[in-house]
Amino acid sequence: MAEVEETLKRIQSQNGVQGIIIVNTEGIPIKTTLDNASTVQYAGLIHQLVMKARSTVRDIDPQNDLTFLRIRSKKNEIMIAPDKDYFLIVIQNPSD
Amino acid sequence: MPVPNNVAASMRKGSTVQKGTLPVAKSTKAASKKKDEEEGVDTGDGLDEWSGKALIKPPEQLELTEAELKEETTRILTANNPHAPQNIVRYSFKERSYKPTSVVDQMAVHFVLEGSLLHQDSDEARRLRAKEGLPEETPTVDTGTEPDEEKPETPATPIEDGGEEAGEEDRPDSVASKTDRKEPKVSNQFNFSERASQTLNNPLRERSCQTEPPPRSNFSDTVNQWEIYDAYVEELQQQEKNKEKQKAVASKNDNDKSKKKMVLMETQNDDISKVGKASKIFERMVNQNTFDDIAQDFKYFEDASDEFRDQEGTLLPLWKFQYDKAKRLSVTALCWNKKYQDLFAVGMGSYDFSKQGRGMLVYYSLKNSAFPEFIYPTDSGVLCLDIHQQHSYLVAVGFYDGCVAVYNLKEEGLEPLYKSTAKTGKHTDPVWQVRWQNDDMDNNHNFYSVSSDGRVVSWTLVKNELVFTDIIRLSLNGAVSDGPEGAEQPGIACGTSFDFHKQIDYLFLVGTEEGKIHKCSKTYSSQFLETYDAHSMAVDAVKWNHFHPKVFISCSSDWTVKIWDHAINTPMFTFDLKAAVGDVAWSPYSSTVFAAVTTDGTVHVFDLNINKYEPICHQQVVAKKKIKLTHIEFNPIYPILIVGDDRGYVSSLKLSPNLRKKPKCKKGQEQPKGSEVEIAKMEKLLSLLREPEQSTV
Repeated sequence: MAEVEETLKRIQSQNGVQGIIIVNTEGIPIKTTLDNASTVQYAGLIHQLVMKARSTVRDIDPQNDLTFLRIRSKKNEIMIAPDKDYFLIVIQNPSD
Repeated sequence: MPVPNNVAASMRKGSTVQKGTLPVAKSTKAASKKKDEEEGVDTGDGLDEWSGKALIKPPEQLELTEAELKEETTRILTANNPHAPQNIVRYSFKERSYKPTSVVDQMAVHFVLEGSLLHQDSDEARRLRAKEGLPEETPTVDTGTEPDEEKPETPATPIEDGGEEAGEEDRPDSVASKTDRKEPKVSNQFNFSERASQTLNNPLRERSCQTEPPPRSNFSDTVNQWEIYDAYVEELQQQEKNKEKQKAVASKNDNDKSKKKMVLMETQNDDISKVGKASKIFERMVNQNTFDDIAQDFKYFEDASDEFRDQEGTLLPLWKFQYDKAKRLSVTALCWNKKYQDLFAVGMGSYDFSKQGRGMLVYYSLKNSAFPEFIYPTDSGVLCLDIHQQHSYLVAVGFYDGCVAVYNLKEEGLEPLYKSTAKTGKHTDPVWQVRWQNDDMDNNHNFYSVSSDGRVVSWTLVKNELVFTDIIRLSLNGAVSDGPEGAEQPGIACGTSFDFHKQIDYLFLVGTEEGKIHKCSKTYSSQFLETYDAHSMAVDAVKWNHFHPKVFISCSSDWTVKIWDHAINTPMFTFDLKAAVGDVAWSPYSSTVFAAVTTDGTVHVFDLNINKYEPICHQQVVAKKKIKLTHIEFNPIYPILIVGDDRGYVSSLKLSPNLRKKPKCKKGQEQPKGSEVEIAKMEKLLSLLREPEQSTV
């Protein structure tokens, strides 16, 4: 447990990492390093996106599953790991 | 008078009985029986009842005085039809005026039914009888059909009447009298009585109540193929679980509690450990983003300036690996993982013998330069390590305190899987090198170690212990010429490095602190096959060539690197690097390329095929001059090498194209297999050297 905490801490300390959010399957943020408003916004929107992405992947092949989602945007990169019970979201600005 | 009275009384009786608790049908029966019995004696009873019930009268009954009651009202029945009109007038032509008619028809017909019966005495009946010719006695026969009780009487009458038979006139009378007599009985021919009664109708009752409506909710969902699939998979798992449960039911009991505890533990761990894997991947991804340029260089950058530099090449520094807790330690060993080419192990310890202390075994991946993948802190400094070729999760480690240990990356926890102890033949001096060997006949893993206590030991991993076998004891003067008893001599040669021949299983080389290299065999424990007077100082590394079976390389703190043919006592090549050489390594892609690191912080790369005298690359890779490079290792696949220094840093360097040139092949000629080419290449070089030597000798 402490190991995971440490890993998250290290990620947060990396260059350009803007925030880490852990979201449960209902889209409710459990742990965050961002402020409340943006956390809720990210969690809600990304949850929808992940569900859509997952159902796309699984519709094509039910035995397949979504393991990762990376969104590269002009300003930053949003990385999502949709685990079974939790989503891990990291927002990073790679150019920093 | 008594008869109606009686009837009324019986009626009353019936009604009173009906009011009682007895069922109606019974009471009526009882009443009728009573009536039959009491027909004669009725009067007294009836009077009694009459007087008793006289008080009951309807409320609206007129109250009359005695006089009024006694007054007799007479009613006269007339034959006049009250509805007949009294005032019918007819016009009389005679008198020319309307005259009331005096005669009014008073008859009113209520019911008319044409009967087929004829009166016996009527003319018609007589005529009909005459017509049919029937005897006149038939009516008496008819009477014979009357109830059985009467039968004996009827025959009696004719017998009695026999005398009077002649008088015809009498007959009809008698018959008539008979019928008169019998008529009331005919009505009761079947002892039948009809009685009807009306009971109270149960009042209709309607009852209703209103409840709160049950809660309703709308449910809608879209079902995809994969949701159906998931449901089925879940169902299957459930079924399997149930089967297991049924099996387990028998052997439950005590195990139950511990299981429950386990489950609890698991659920507690679940929360964060579930994100564990994802977070590890994230760390790598974030690192990949931050060190994107390095990753690009690693994959795609080729130094374009090489083309203008003729033969020389450069090293491009890539990632630098460090771990805060290992900053003060120096890198004492490097080893790539053969299975995962991005993973390598680093041994941390110290070469400064006055500053010995803890050590560390860490694993880095090229995918994450910021933090080690695995960390194993150790009590003593690590001096050497080796990763198993086939089972890449096993790593053998040699320590400064003489212990050897085996770590298993698959096992959790920071303790080694095996560790030698004083009882189990641990070395008395630092272990300078360990090396895995092929599994033995019983398929047990085993490795060798060399230490400055002069022993070369084979360690076998048997179940849960480390079994040791001394392979050889090194002696100072242990040359072959000294004979088989050489090992008895007191002086001990301190082994500092060794290497096993790639093809010949029993053959291996041991470098010693005195600068000698011994060629040994696993089968002769006290004897050297050959001794090379290699260096004037300790041999830091000795390594067989990856391709050519005869060639090995050695380096020493006496500033030199030497290349040998194991059949010849003198070195084939000698290179002076002008600083103590920490380590040397053959390249995995060419038989003629090797790299060496020196304590002045420089990496030297040689390609004998290109330049036999000078390194083709000579580059300082540390920031400060003070930092000493200690070890170097080529990646087995990628064109990069890693160097470790005495500050705990590991740097990765990319070889420029000139440093990994393939020999040009003639056009149209098919390129032979890699290893053959490499052997030939080396052989060519060696033959060049041998010939002049032989000629001089």
